[in-house]
Amino acid sequence: MKYTQCLNALVGSAVVLAGALGTSHSLAAEQITFVSQGGAYQDAQTEAILDPVAEALGITIHQDSAPDAWPMIRTQGTTGQAVWDVVDTPPLNCIRGGDQELIEPLDFSRIPNAESMPEAYKTPYSVAYEFYSSVLAYNPDAFDGNPPQSWEDFWNVEEFPGNRALRNHPLGTLEAALLADGVAPEDLYPLDVDRAFAKLEEIKPHITTWWTSGGQSAQLLYDGEVDMLMMWNGRVSAIMNEGASADFTYNEGILQTTHLCIIKDAPNLDTAFKFVNAAIDPQYQANLPLHIDYGPGNPAAFDTGKISEERSQELPSFPENAERQVLMSYEWWSSPEGEEAERRWLEFMQQ
Amino acid sequence: MKATAVNDRYAPISSIDPSSRHHRREHALMLLLMSPAVLVVFLLLIVPLTWLIGQSFYAEGVLSLEHYRRIFTEGIYWNTFALTFRISIIVTLLALLMGYPIAYAASILPQRWAMLVLALVILPFWTSVLVRAYAWLILLQRSGVINKTLLGTGVIDSPLSLVHNELGTIIATVHILLPFMVLPLYATMQKIPRDLLLAGASLGGSPLHVFLRVFLPLSLSGVLAGMTLVFVLCLGFYITPELMGGGRTVMASMLVSRNIQLYSDWGAASAVSVVLLICVLAIFYVVSRLISLEKILGVK
Repeated sequence: MKYTQCLNALVGSAVVLAGALGTSHSLAAEQITFVSQGGAYQDAQTEAILDPVAEALGITIHQDSAPDAWPMIRTQGTTGQAVWDVVDTPPLNCIRGGDQELIEPLDFSRIPNAESMPEAYKTPYSVAYEFYSSVLAYNPDAFDGNPPQSWEDFWNVEEFPGNRALRNHPLGTLEAALLADGVAPEDLYPLDVDRAFAKLEEIKPHITTWWTSGGQSAQLLYDGEVDMLMMWNGRVSAIMNEGASADFTYNEGILQTTHLCIIKDAPNLDTAFKFVNAAIDPQYQANLPLHIDYGPGNPAAFDTGKISEERSQELPSFPENAERQVLMSYEWWSSPEGEEAERRWLEFMQQ
Repeated sequence: MKATAVNDRYAPISSIDPSSRHHRREHALMLLLMSPAVLVVFLLLIVPLTWLIGQSFYAEGVLSLEHYRRIFTEGIYWNTFALTFRISIIVTLLALLMGYPIAYAASILPQRWAMLVLALVILPFWTSVLVRAYAWLILLQRSGVINKTLLGTGVIDSPLSLVHNELGTIIATVHILLPFMVLPLYATMQKIPRDLLLAGASLGGSPLHVFLRVFLPLSLSGVLAGMTLVFVLCLGFYITPELMGGGRTVMASMLVSRNIQLYSDWGAASAVSVVLLICVLAIFYVVSRLISLEKILGVK
């Protein structure tokens, strides 16, 4: 365990340093360290949620960002030296973090704003913060008024010829394969992994590219390199706004989410709970779609009157849109079967 | 007397050199001057590397060979390393085929033209690898410049698959690594005395004969240096295969990042890095038996 001790020392000294730097401007006010995924998304929520919440609660929010928070959550948990308080991350990380005692169980009596939220939007360790969707996007020019509208259409290469792309990741892709194979959305989980891979094998020769980054997926559709693909709704909207010939459907979209969770033994535990409750307040949640193409995690935000009817219908978590989609089960993906499916992916790609 | 002379070479300095104190002081001064560099190398290279190697032997917090067992028993690791080596060999040969004539031209052209040729080789070097990968996408993709031109002139009926596969990866990688082939070749060729070529010609050798029997053998150390550099750099390529390979071209460096995501364990990723590192060191060792490493790294 020598290297763990070494890590301990490293993280420890980082904490001391951070503390030394932090004390100068936080003597009076409460503070937390909040971590999200950076980029345009973090900028948007800073304006929409973080700044107003900081002002309302009179706290200081230090921000950090990590595109993949899991390794950091793990390091802080295993060394017992937490530097982060609240993390905005896929619920997969919150659940497996909770199972490994790296994430604080949420006492929902301290988060009254979560009470009205659907049960599916909460886990024992986390609560939904925002929604996005992996949707079927296409180039309308390639289909002459009859674009693909379901994963079955996506798999139908006779009726819908054209180049296709999928994400180089099993999350969402296995769901799409099973929906294409005729599995009813309510029977999706637990996923029939063998059946999903068999179905993917069918479409494999028609996939031009298995994309890895959101930017790459946008480029593929923008340049007309592919005619249809699975991509994140925010990315399609962005290139549609730029005038590209692109469109998408929420039909059978895979509704995904990021949750807020609190690091086990966080340095500012009480403030962290106050922050989480405020961050899912419908009033602040309703600000988010005004800045970026993501839906609020708390559906009550649609009743605040802040989001126009027209805007609502564009958002993945708008109840009418949510009904047409499948909510991804992060519980399944964090189960041993889910992890095994993830491991099988590269084998499938190499064959 | 011969024996004493030999022994003298191995005798302690103090017994043969009256000015040994001066030497020792100079020695200490040199060490002192070197110490900042040594410290940097130690802190930024030796320590992390030791940590990395140490981690690769830990799984779930206990000493274990689990990560290595996985690498040597699971097919995907074998496939990935085989693909990485295949691509690296192809890229190295293509870079040699393209780089040799360029370096040769630069070495025989008048100074001004030689500089222009080298500038053209080095210029793309200042552009980020990411930008160059996207530039190749624009050229090679289905709706790209090359396919549009070929379709427009009727040479082909349907677009060629030039990218999102191994071919695209190789094209872009050769482009990026070409300077690493041309520069050592040029450095070697420039040092070949022109008198030797003239001598060969005056002895009746045809230009081809002189090139094959005199110039080419003298340039071989540059060839080996360039090939080693390109091959080793190619083994660790990440962004280019990620962007140009269409997801199917999985190289060893991509396994490192995948292992972190999959196993949430630094050890799993460290083990792949260690195997790759050992491959590179083995290659350097074999090559160092043939030519000096200073030559490859351009110190001499």
